[in-house]
Amino acid sequence: MTATLPGQTTPSEETAVTSTLESPTAEAVATGTTPAPVVRRRRGRRAMNLALPVVVFAALIGVWYAITYLVLDPGRRFLMPAPHTLITDALLDPTITEKVWPALGRSIVVTFTGLAIAIVIGMLWAIAMSQSKAVESSLYPYAVALQCIPILALVPLIGFWFGFGFPSRVIVCVMIALFPIVSNTLFGIQSVDRGHHELFTLHKASRLTRLLKLQLPAALPAIFAGFRISAGLSVVGAIVGDLFFKQGEPGLGILLSNFSSRLQGAPLFFTIVVTAALGFAVFFLFGWLSKLVVGSWYDQSRDR
Amino acid sequence: MSAPAPAAPSTATTAPATRVLEFTDVARQFPDGTVALEGVHLTIDRGEFVTVVGPSGCGKSTLLRIASGLDAASAGTARVDAQRIGYVFQDATLLPWRSVKKNVELLAELHGMSKTATNQAALDAIELVGLRGHEKKLPRALSGGMKMRASLARSLTLDPDLFLFDEPFGALDEITRERLNDELIRLFVTKGFGALFITHSVSEAVYMSTRVLVMSGRPGHIVESFQVPFGPDRTPELRFTPEFAKLAGEVSHALREGHS
Repeated sequence: MTATLPGQTTPSEETAVTSTLESPTAEAVATGTTPAPVVRRRRGRRAMNLALPVVVFAALIGVWYAITYLVLDPGRRFLMPAPHTLITDALLDPTITEKVWPALGRSIVVTFTGLAIAIVIGMLWAIAMSQSKAVESSLYPYAVALQCIPILALVPLIGFWFGFGFPSRVIVCVMIALFPIVSNTLFGIQSVDRGHHELFTLHKASRLTRLLKLQLPAALPAIFAGFRISAGLSVVGAIVGDLFFKQGEPGLGILLSNFSSRLQGAPLFFTIVVTAALGFAVFFLFGWLSKLVVGSWYDQSRDR
Repeated sequence: MSAPAPAAPSTATTAPATRVLEFTDVARQFPDGTVALEGVHLTIDRGEFVTVVGPSGCGKSTLLRIASGLDAASAGTARVDAQRIGYVFQDATLLPWRSVKKNVELLAELHGMSKTATNQAALDAIELVGLRGHEKKLPRALSGGMKMRASLARSLTLDPDLFLFDEPFGALDEITRERLNDELIRLFVTKGFGALFITHSVSEAVYMSTRVLVMSGRPGHIVESFQVPFGPDRTPELRFTPEFAKLAGEVSHALREGHS
């Protein structure tokens, strides 16, 4: 653990410089006949697009190092262990990883089980509401309640009723992830083009046909937007459930709590990074799925 | 498919076998009190192409909606004796997630036609409107004219006895519009359906029709009817003949008269 100070950022900056040099070359080859000034200007923009994120990232790591080595005195460095110690003291330490990887696995199981249940319940709920105004006005308030009540307040109660194991964790997950699916599915179904509805009315389509051939397909972009939000939330749900129910096989939440109570800075930070990565992965998985399913016909730029 | 007519007794006598639409004294009053249609008499036989011209908001679309059953007359009788009705909307109303072929197959699916029959009907209809080679494309990849062709093909799969058109070419550029006019005439001559065509273009009305009706608004009623003397073999040059200009002038005049 040598004090390298912000000087440590040099490697990253080198990458930035390399990409500035390399990518325009590729660009020039690709565009071939484009007049030189245009290429140069585009080169500049491309290089900026690549370099800036790298520079910002390097700067953040630099600030992190500065806090660790300049602000904190050695006895308190566990509060913010230097970035490289996440690798040396956690990722490469089998006693830590043998806890983290299984915990990650368990949290993934909770996340996806919760999300799957939320998707099934949420969509059925929304479909039921879309079929009748009376059903909508009797059920929608509860969807809103789900969103307004701080679920954290209910977590102890859930433990009280359902125990502190897997089912309770999944229930927390479902409750947190449910609302975006309900509201997005309902919104999607209700936003179906009037002309399309008339076409189906004109040809005497049954409710079920209308739902399957018109409303659900038309709602898919909105439904997937809901899935994406809920996917991130269900990771939160899995961690929160874990944090509260400190019994049974530990997931990431329990590890976070353990590492922090034992003042194990590097493993704690490492677990946080792993948790964040899980959130990102789940979010992007659903982004990718959405593109796969509706990307060909739905213009994504419309809702950005 | 006949629109319910609650207020008046059925006055329909034994209509000729080819009659597909018969409106007797049809009126439509909306719940807010607006009278959209009043005293409309209208008959259409198979092989007749009837166009209604009128200013915006004169009740043309309401007339069509009553004929299709999407709306009902509040007085009078609206009889439709057609097994199958084709309805071409102002927008192509294609489902964006379905390919051209799948879109054309939609109505046949809704009417419970068998898979093979649906497939064959779609292929025939696509051929008829000249969309061969575009079957796999999604609607977003089509031009406005091609979307309208696909929409037309979708209705053609049902082989309708009565075709209702609600300003179908209104949003297209003039060249595309005139080309589609010609193709629709060709389809009409081959298939011999009865057609009720709504437009606000006098030239389109005279060019397409066997009969032109001029409508006036508030409340909507038919002010004049013109029999079009031209035969079925119409070519774009027809638009520049003195006879065409004379008839178009008369229709325009009636339109202005009714409007003031």
